[in-house]
Amino acid sequence: MSDHDYATLVREDRVHTSLYRDGTIFDEEMDRIFKNTWVWVAHESDVPVKNSFKTSWVGREPVIVTRDREMKVNVLLNRCRHRAASVCEKKKGKASVFVCPYHGWSYDPDGTLRKVPHAAGYPEDFDKSEFPLISLRVETYQGMIFATFNNDIEPLVDYLGPARKWMDLFMKQGAGYGVKTLGEHKFRFPGNWKIQLENTTDAYHFPIVHKTFLDSLDAETENVFDVLGQGGWVEDLGNGHSVMVMIPDLIDLEDNLDAPIPDRFAELAQELRDEGHDDATVRKVVRAVGGSGFNLNLFPNVACSMAFFRVLRPVTVEETEIMHVAIGMDGGPAAGNRERLRLHEHFQGPMGFGTPDDAEGWERVQRGAHAGEDLWIMLNRGVDAPAGVAEPGHNAGDVSAETGMRAAYQQWKRMMTA
Amino acid sequence: MSEALEMTATITLAEATQFIWAEADLLDRLDYKPWLKLWTEGGKYIIPTERDPADYAEVLNIVYDNKVMREARAKRLLSGFSMSSAPPARTVRTVSRFVVTASGDDFIELRAAQMLAEYKYGHMRFLPADMRYRIVRAPDGTLLLDEKIVTLINAEDYQFGIGYLL
Ligand code: FES
Ligand SMILES: [Fe+2]
Repeated sequence: MSDHDYATLVREDRVHTSLYRDGTIFDEEMDRIFKNTWVWVAHESDVPVKNSFKTSWVGREPVIVTRDREMKVNVLLNRCRHRAASVCEKKKGKASVFVCPYHGWSYDPDGTLRKVPHAAGYPEDFDKSEFPLISLRVETYQGMIFATFNNDIEPLVDYLGPARKWMDLFMKQGAGYGVKTLGEHKFRFPGNWKIQLENTTDAYHFPIVHKTFLDSLDAETENVFDVLGQGGWVEDLGNGHSVMVMIPDLIDLEDNLDAPIPDRFAELAQELRDEGHDDATVRKVVRAVGGSGFNLNLFPNVACSMAFFRVLRPVTVEETEIMHVAIGMDGGPAAGNRERLRLHEHFQGPMGFGTPDDAEGWERVQRGAHAGEDLWIMLNRGVDAPAGVAEPGHNAGDVSAETGMRAAYQQWKRMMTA
Repeated sequence: MSEALEMTATITLAEATQFIWAEADLLDRLDYKPWLKLWTEGGKYIIPTERDPADYAEVLNIVYDNKVMREARAKRLLSGFSMSSAPPARTVRTVSRFVVTASGDDFIELRAAQMLAEYKYGHMRFLPADMRYRIVRAPDGTLLLDEKIVTLINAEDYQFGIGYLL
C-alpha cells in the first residue's frame, strides 16, 4: 500500500475498518511504527540488581532486558548470533551469563560474546567482537524503560514531551518510596491492538461495561468512580500521547492529604498506625494506595492507567496480548502493597470484575468489524473540555471525548506515511 | 465424645470426592448461590499467577477471594450485566487424580487434577489445572470448603477472559 493509501484511511473524525483486519497493514505497522519509535519494555524495578533480567518484546521481536555489572540497562535481541536459537526462555531472574543451549555460545549481560566452545574449529580470523547479542538503543524516564531499533529518532524525553508531567504525577503512587512492580496479569483477546489502544482513553464505555464493577463497590467508592460526572477531560499531549482525567481530585496524590480517610481504607490506616507510622505517613500511603485519577496513554504500547501499567503487544492482526502490571511502593509498608494487590485483583486480570468485560467488548468489535465492505470506525465524539483545565495550546475535549483516539490515529498516520 | 461421633468426624476420600464432584456440578450449571454456602467463614478461593508461592496473600493472583469477594463475584456473574458472563460460556469439567495430602479428625486435604473445556462464540478452550482442597466438617456434620486453590497449567502465562468460576 502506498503512503497515499494510508493517508486516506485515517480522517480527522474516523478511521477505516481495514485498520483492524488487514494483515498487510499490520505487517507495515510492525515495521513503520514498532521498529521506528520508543517502545516500552520493562520497569527498572523488574531488573533491580546487577545480573538481573526480564524477557520482553519490541513489536514482534523477543528481547531480554538486562542489568549488567555496571548497573547499566541493556535491551538485547533474544537470538543467538550463531544460528539464531533464543538464548533465554525464562520470564525473569538472575544470570551472570546467557549460554545458548544449542552449541554453547555464551554472552555477558551486556551482550558481549564471551566464549565459543571448541573455538579451534573456527578459522583464525574469527573475531568474537563481531557477534554480540544485538543491542537496542535504550533510554528511561521515571523508571520506565523504553527501547528502539531506530538510532536516529529524538531522545525519549523529547518524544514523551508534555506526557512527562503526567508520568511524574503517576509515580507519586510510590508515596515517596519509589514505584515497584508487584506482578502481572496477562491475557489475550482475539482482536487488533488498536482496539485496546483506543480503550485506555475511552471513558464513554466505563459506566456501561463496568456496571458490575461499580455495583460491587460501597457507595462512597462508587461515587469516586463516577468517571463521567466529575468535570474530567481528555488532552492531546502530542506524538500520539494523551491523558484522560477521570477523577480530578486524584491528579496529585500529594494534595489534599488532610481530607478524611475513605471508609474503605480505614482498616489499612489503622494497620499502618499500629505499625507505628505517624499520621502524615499514614495519610500519604493511604492516598497513594488508592491510585491516580487519570489514564496516560503513551503511543504505541503502554499506558499509566490509574493504578497500574497497561502494556499491549500485537501478536497478529487479529490477536493482541495485554499485560496489566501491578505496582506498589518500593520498600513501603507491606500492608499498603497487600492492599494494592487486592485492589488490582478486584478489577484487573482474566477474572477481574472489569477486565473480562473489556476483553469481551474488544472481541465483539473485531467480530463486528468483519461486516460491511467500506465502513468506518467513528471517532467524532466530544465537546469542549471544561474551561481552564487543559494546558493552553493543547487540543482537549470533555472526559468522554474521543480526542485521545484521534491523537493516536493522527500519529499512526504520520508514522505510516513518513 | 462418643465413639459414633468420632467415627463421623473423620472425612473419608469417598466423602471428599463426592463433595468435590457435587461442587464441580454446581459450577458447570452456574448454580452459584448454593455454591456460596459450601464455604467456611474464613474460606479462601485462590487462582494464582505463579506456582506455589510462599504466601499467596503477598503476591498477585488472578483470584484471591474471601467471603465478601466470593459473594460479590457470584452476584456479578449472575447479574446479567457483565457482558463476559451474559451470555455465559458453557463449561464441562471433571476432577480426578485425587491424592490425600493430610487428614485429621475434622479435615482432609487433597491434591487433584481438573480438566475443564469452555465453549463460546464457536471456539473451544481447554483449561487444565492442578487443584488443592482443604475440606472441613462443620459442627452439624456437613462438609465445607476451607481452601480451594486452582493452579492453571499455564498460570504464569496469558489467559483469555474467564467469565465463570473455576
Ligand atoms: S545457535 Fe546458539 S550456539 Fe549455535
Ligand atoms: Fe474498561
